[in-house]
Amino acid sequence: MNDAADAGRATGGRDGDASVRRFTVAALSRVEGEGALRVRVRGDAIEIAEFNIYEPPRFFERFLRGREVREVPDLVARICGICPVAYQMSACHALEKALGITTTPEIESLRRLLYCGEWIQSHALHVHLLHAPDFLGFESGITMAAEHRALVEGGLRLKAVGNRIMEVVGGRAVHPVNVAVGGFHKAPALAAVAGLLPDLEWGLGRALDLVQEVSRFDFPADVRPAETVCLRHATDYPMNDGRIVSSGGLDIAAEDFLSHVRERQVPWSTALHAGLMPDERPYLTGPTARIHLCRDRLPPRARAAADACGLELQPRNSFRSIVARCVEIAAACEEAVAIVRRCHAAVDPCRIEWTPRDGVGCHATEAPRGLLWHRYVIGGDGLVQEATIIPPTSQNQAEIERDLRLLLPEVLALDDAAATRRCEHLIRNYDPCISCATHFLRLEIDRPSMG
Amino acid sequence: MSNAMSADDAGPGPGAPPASVAATNTPPHVSRRKPRIAVFKFASCDGCQLQLLDAANRFLELAEHVEIDHFLEARSRSVPGPYDLGLVEGSITTPQDVERIHEVRAQCRVLVTLGACATAGGIQALRNWGRIDDFLSAVYASPQFIDTLATSTPIADHVHVDFELRGCPVDTTQLVELVTAVLVGRRPRVPQHAVCVECKARGTVCVAVARGIPCLGPVTQAGCGAICPAHDRECFGCYGPAEAANLVSLTGWYERRGTPRAELARLVRSFNAWAPAFREEGDRLSAGPAGTDVESSP
Repeated sequence: MNDAADAGRATGGRDGDASVRRFTVAALSRVEGEGALRVRVRGDAIEIAEFNIYEPPRFFERFLRGREVREVPDLVARICGICPVAYQMSACHALEKALGITTTPEIESLRRLLYCGEWIQSHALHVHLLHAPDFLGFESGITMAAEHRALVEGGLRLKAVGNRIMEVVGGRAVHPVNVAVGGFHKAPALAAVAGLLPDLEWGLGRALDLVQEVSRFDFPADVRPAETVCLRHATDYPMNDGRIVSSGGLDIAAEDFLSHVRERQVPWSTALHAGLMPDERPYLTGPTARIHLCRDRLPPRARAAADACGLELQPRNSFRSIVARCVEIAAACEEAVAIVRRCHAAVDPCRIEWTPRDGVGCHATEAPRGLLWHRYVIGGDGLVQEATIIPPTSQNQAEIERDLRLLLPEVLALDDAAATRRCEHLIRNYDPCISCATHFLRLEIDRPSMG
Repeated sequence: MSNAMSADDAGPGPGAPPASVAATNTPPHVSRRKPRIAVFKFASCDGCQLQLLDAANRFLELAEHVEIDHFLEARSRSVPGPYDLGLVEGSITTPQDVERIHEVRAQCRVLVTLGACATAGGIQALRNWGRIDDFLSAVYASPQFIDTLATSTPIADHVHVDFELRGCPVDTTQLVELVTAVLVGRRPRVPQHAVCVECKARGTVCVAVARGIPCLGPVTQAGCGAICPAHDRECFGCYGPAEAANLVSLTGWYERRGTPRAELARLVRSFNAWAPAFREEGDRLSAGPAGTDVESSP
């Protein structure tokens, strides 16, 4: 880590009152999007610990009104360039419920393959280029590549494996064009699907090794556990379907989500905060939560890798999320291999026909970053009347702030530069997808001088 | 929207050494300075920046030939400008960003916009046809905390832009071509023809002619490889209007064959809705220009 080169973003100093020390990070790097962090400590008391998202709102929920049902997958993809398939999958399933149609197992299998591609590329990007540099002491994957070339090149190749699935099944790696309400516009050619196999088998082997490599990173001491929330499916590792469950005993259908989770606007963020009712308590969603609650649904080799590295069953330590993410890269490769091997004929029909009708549909899927919930009200004219979207990062926002408060006592013993890096590292543990954000992540800590 | 950048505008490539260094008797210890690149983000989905990273091993190769001095999504190190090349993703939607884009422009010798948001205002420009209060209250309980403009506008509405790379998202190959071209001081080789040409090149049967699907391929700039018609569906205009696109003729033809006007208005009002040719046609097909048809689509 080159502190001097980093000085443009992080500054320290005394502000008026000589007993109060302040430092600022002008911009959080290596996250998808930009936000701010504000901390104030007086003595031992943490007065403020806010994770700000200055995402300029783009009003998707508003402009979806009046658009055609069939346009929705293409429109909601643009919420996030990193995880467009997640938005397409939650939207399609919710709209299919509203339309009263169900697709075929073959279509769902192809959807799962596409989603595996997104998990692989999104996780590989985060693990190698955004998160690992924190553990290995580099400011980026670019500088890290000088000393860890094989690690970075392996990561980029894993990402390319995920991208390739999205191209073959979705037509394009960023903002796939082949996803439709009811299935796919066109079934991918059988030969192209089969052609994925060698890369996927390499990816599985690489990911299994990667689990062991990252599990040897240096992790800080555990803190108290988070309450976890994710989908749970009868047989499969959660992705496109399942009931919404929590470590606190929640077990509900997607339709009941808003009775148990409240979204609240806070002045310091353009993302809405979600909390579990009745007390609006923070909860964790994403890879750590999924492995916590659905470890028994992992495919065998990924599960064995998770067991072998001693991955904590309890989500007590957000820094270990990088291990969970690598287990899921392996799981997604393993699932994709199985799907491709089962694929003996082009999917036909690739799309279930539907006719417009009045309806309401809710559905949640598991985006790489966690639970993504959609609800649509549609009309017999084929137009969307209402849309509600609750993304994973707004669900994790309160948990990130809680975790930050737990980290602060340790951080305040460090010098300014190290404390700043630690707080940024903690935020990256959650792979926040604040991709529409524009402004700065500022870390301001007001605290008595350490003398 | 224009792709107007001549080789002359680009000037000598930043990779070219200053005249004093370029003299024949260059001492061996004077090396060519690596060109400095910065990537900036405004309102967007990050997808175009991701295309930079998706150049995979080309990304590491690129990093060896240039200094990536500001790219927040990829690295913590940030070196102050001026930069030889600035790549801008996203549209202008807040008062702060109106200020910031001027600061960015002042720091960049060549400024290139990446994608539909930066080039045409993006999907979020659909707000330009509504009342912003209505949009705010639809999403937020306390709109007074939200600082946003009533419009989403392209970068070129605010500062001079040297080149605009189209797409939602931009194409990785075009992106690598653009960076290479700017750095060596030539005009990027980016096709200006319509998506139709790409369909013919790859042998895709025309979805509009053969299947009666209203398709924007004839009026949309190429670059994607005509992937949508290849997937048995319409082009929906990710790359924005092609040069001299005749929208009225095309939509008139679709309308005569039975596609409702409202549907055609929605078709031209997506990721490049605010690009002049699409904007005018969207307005003509629906109730009227921006701000007058609050209750209709988008």
